[in-house]
Amino acid sequence: MTVVDPSESSPGTRAAARKERVAGWRVGVLASPAAPVYGALIGIIVLAWIVVTIDGGEFLTTGNIVNMLQRSVALGIVSLGQTVVILLGSLDLSVAALISLSSLVTAQQMDGQPGNVIPAILIVLAMGAGVGLANGLIITKLRVNAFIATLGMALILGGIIENGWSGPQGGVTDAFSQDLGYTRFGVIPMSFILFAVVAVVIWFILRSTRFGYRVYAVGGSEDVSKLSGLRTHRTIIGAHIVCSLTAVITGIFLASRLKAGTPTVGLDGGYDLESIAAVVLGGTALTGGRGGVIGTIGGVFILAVLDNVFNQLEFNSFVRDVVRGIVIIAAVAIYARRQEKKA
Amino acid sequence: MSTENVAASGFGADEQDRGRRFLSALASTGTIFILLLILWVWITILNPTFAEPGPFLAYLKRSAPLVILAAGAYFVLVSGNFDLSVGSLVTVMVVVAARLIEGEPSRTWPVILLLLVIGAVVGFANGFISTILRVPSFITTLGMLLILNGAVFWWTGGAPRGALSDNFRSIGRQGIEGIPWIEQLPWSVLLMFAIGAASVLLMRADFGRQLIATGDNERAARLSGVRVDRVRILAFVLSGVLAAVAGILLGGFGGVSAQVGKGLEFDAITACVLGGVVLGGGRGSVVAAMAGALTLEALFTWLNLQGISGALEDTVQGVIIIGAVGFAAYRLRGAR
Amino acid sequence: MIWRRLAGPAALLACCATIAACGSTDDPGSETTGDATPVATATEGPKTDLGENSEFFVQADYDKQLAQRSATPEGPADKPWEQMIEPGEMVDTTEFKAKKADNWNVCFSNAANDNPWRQNGGITMKAEADNTPEIGKFTVVDAEAKDDKQISDIEAMVSGGKCDAIIIAPNTTATLTPAVEKACESKIPVIVFDRGVTTDCPVTFIHPIGGYAFGADAAEFLRDNVKEGGKILALRILPGVDVLETRWSGAKGIFEEAGLNVVGVEFTDGDAAKTKSIVSDYLQREGTLDGVWMDAGATAVAMTEAFEDAGQEIPFVTGEDQNDFLTKWKEDGLKAIAPTYSNYQWRTAIIATTKILKGEEVPKEWILPQPKITQENLDQYVKPDMPPLYYALCGCEDLPGFPQKWGGK
Repeated sequence: MTVVDPSESSPGTRAAARKERVAGWRVGVLASPAAPVYGALIGIIVLAWIVVTIDGGEFLTTGNIVNMLQRSVALGIVSLGQTVVILLGSLDLSVAALISLSSLVTAQQMDGQPGNVIPAILIVLAMGAGVGLANGLIITKLRVNAFIATLGMALILGGIIENGWSGPQGGVTDAFSQDLGYTRFGVIPMSFILFAVVAVVIWFILRSTRFGYRVYAVGGSEDVSKLSGLRTHRTIIGAHIVCSLTAVITGIFLASRLKAGTPTVGLDGGYDLESIAAVVLGGTALTGGRGGVIGTIGGVFILAVLDNVFNQLEFNSFVRDVVRGIVIIAAVAIYARRQEKKA
Repeated sequence: MSTENVAASGFGADEQDRGRRFLSALASTGTIFILLLILWVWITILNPTFAEPGPFLAYLKRSAPLVILAAGAYFVLVSGNFDLSVGSLVTVMVVVAARLIEGEPSRTWPVILLLLVIGAVVGFANGFISTILRVPSFITTLGMLLILNGAVFWWTGGAPRGALSDNFRSIGRQGIEGIPWIEQLPWSVLLMFAIGAASVLLMRADFGRQLIATGDNERAARLSGVRVDRVRILAFVLSGVLAAVAGILLGGFGGVSAQVGKGLEFDAITACVLGGVVLGGGRGSVVAAMAGALTLEALFTWLNLQGISGALEDTVQGVIIIGAVGFAAYRLRGAR
Repeated sequence: MIWRRLAGPAALLACCATIAACGSTDDPGSETTGDATPVATATEGPKTDLGENSEFFVQADYDKQLAQRSATPEGPADKPWEQMIEPGEMVDTTEFKAKKADNWNVCFSNAANDNPWRQNGGITMKAEADNTPEIGKFTVVDAEAKDDKQISDIEAMVSGGKCDAIIIAPNTTATLTPAVEKACESKIPVIVFDRGVTTDCPVTFIHPIGGYAFGADAAEFLRDNVKEGGKILALRILPGVDVLETRWSGAKGIFEEAGLNVVGVEFTDGDAAKTKSIVSDYLQREGTLDGVWMDAGATAVAMTEAFEDAGQEIPFVTGEDQNDFLTKWKEDGLKAIAPTYSNYQWRTAIIATTKILKGEEVPKEWILPQPKITQENLDQYVKPDMPPLYYALCGCEDLPGFPQKWGGK
């Protein structure tokens, strides 16, 4: 059983390896674990385009596409980190609270002074690393299940937020808010470039570093990894640090977007469960060991397209929830079938 | 290989022989009762009236819905799954009941029957999708949470409509009156003990053994003739029905509300874990899970009495939950 | 082995003890007096334990709002949603006058549709838009309580170029400011209501008097009826929401001044069962309560039931204009008051938009009256045929489709 598949995005090499098994028409790209995700994404885009056009709206216009890209940034960045922890068989339910807290701390530390921007970002990143380290230590050293550990961390952070703030926190500088939250290069939002950079970094880490290899190995089977001499605890802690860092980056981005920090931005945004949903929509197995960031990006785009269509068709939030629930379950059921056929 | 065991896979779940496991289960069961007792005593020191029959029964009555939910969550957890949909299922129960009953006492019993059926159907759907369609239960029930929440408010146009009848409400609100010394024995407390007893019997029957075997090692269970999928689906159905019961009690206790089920799924799972149930399946006792729910409610009361500012309450709760689970794990490791 | 079994509880005990110790340092009264109520010091001096003045408390705003309560609003008395209090600066809107005489497309970015107050208002707004012949299309986009999503929604409205006017109900005060500023630059008229933004670029900002007045209305009722030193329980929904913070800070000062004993300030999360449990706890501990103050009425009925279940008479209580509370008040003869956060502001938003697109002037800040429901005027607000979570200050009874659209019979 191959649990380690770090070569997810190198179609060339894999195509060769699978030549005998894969039917002739199937090129490597189609055999990639992310392929069904992008198949689903294309399907949803086509469907959305038809439905919205019939409804009299515009779908594939530059403005609308850019709007969809912009919508995917916040959920996208945190989902990248969530991918890493899910790949090793863990998960992180504390990201939403951490996003709120980091938006607040960003605003507080900047305090309206342009000179404080860099220190504020560094402080918030350090805070993220600290929370990730705490999560990792609780899971590995205290042996608390990740679900409970991060749920408990979410409560702890939530209490700190409620104790420290009774409303939005101003202080994000105008320039920072404009630069990260609203600037565009041509039509591409600056924040989307941030998303892309984080994605490339994490993709590289997972694909080409020893740490990335270990993440897949531990996710495949912690016991086997341990027996084969991997320091599993370090890997788990490292992955949680990466995840928390992506959460604080999301928080910093949201602070720039809102030009303030707020106690509710994370939880009301539902970034905890939605990021897990995006990762799973992206074809990463919740048991770990299988999947990757390419798929997650597809999963995030699926949710962003749905969001855009819901807006254009003026669905109320209740219908949205129903459709989202069905899409998530159906997509994962299809992936599961595909996996079975392969096996 | 199992597609389940979500986050639990690996972390601290090694193979052990049966006898050891029994001992460790007993040990972890012991912890929760000691903790519960300590909290009760401490609360009594802070507020002596707590130990009087009336207030104590009021505490049990308030805890009953969560205890019942914890029993439901236990069945699902021990079989190696998650049920995140119970909170929204509770909301569905209250909203549907209000809309259909419209204050008409004669409709109460048919509607209660319908609610139990809805609970069972939702549980079956969760189980079917998670087993036959091989969608991880975390995702199935997360999707179900969205669907239920959306569908019920779509149906009622956003806010709850109608009203509950007095006899519907009496189940969660009233009890047998005129009993000497304790004055009133709430129906919900009776129901809680009945469900507790039934759950214990169920876990001692074949079903219980098969359930634990399935959660412990799916392949071994399958090979020894357990119909793994059927057992798991049944666990989800139980969870759904018990969520319906909890919804009926909560609707009775608090009345119509759109918020009623919010976050209960996490509370129920937390209660189970406090009671020593291992996420990923195969370990833990249903009595301890229910005691975990009582502990959680006692913890809320204690926090309240301790005068922790409302805002920091969450932080303290988080620390205690992590601490309790961490020490349970520590002791388990030590016992090896 | 036995020590191992005890290690967990022992450590937890230590953990709890630490917290208990921390709790006591905040609360020195509890150790010396042995009285362990959460706000034990309140018995010694109510001024010490109600929390510091919130950073959102602005004395000038507080004084202004309290004065506005007694101001006579301008406009038709039978249509409070068209009334305005001390309109002040009027804005000339000729630059926004629509080129088309009708078939306007009015866009609305709604923060969320997640509570009965917003749902009630949303229905009214839609009905008023349908009832305005000039509005051809009323586009509603729901941000589902997500700040970032609402910003993207507004950006899409601006860049889409199809909206003749943009109405915004912000999800959080302050955070939508950059997005609203961008929308203002587009030359499309922007109308903000409910929560505000920290820029004055919108054409008009519509809101009722405000949170201080809400909190004070309720607190004054308790001050006038409960004897000095009487025990008051304050129930709030959740911390960290500025519009709710102002309600509490509006009430707090009045309690302090009147020498009322606030025995507890608790958060209910808007959950009926939790509310009931909290009130029961306080009844057990305190024996009785002389008054209950609430910052929102969603769980007011559950609060009164806690008294009933304990076999006690319901004391002086405050609620809101939700139909279930008003019905109970009337049927059971409660001693109550219901301050309101005028739900008809949703209707005013459409009326203001229509005025602007017609080029008629509107006030820069459109302050709506915020009536309180008292024993005297209770009868006119109770609506037996409307659902429990219908808001009496709907201002929708003359709209087509009433009462069915609002869930009534």
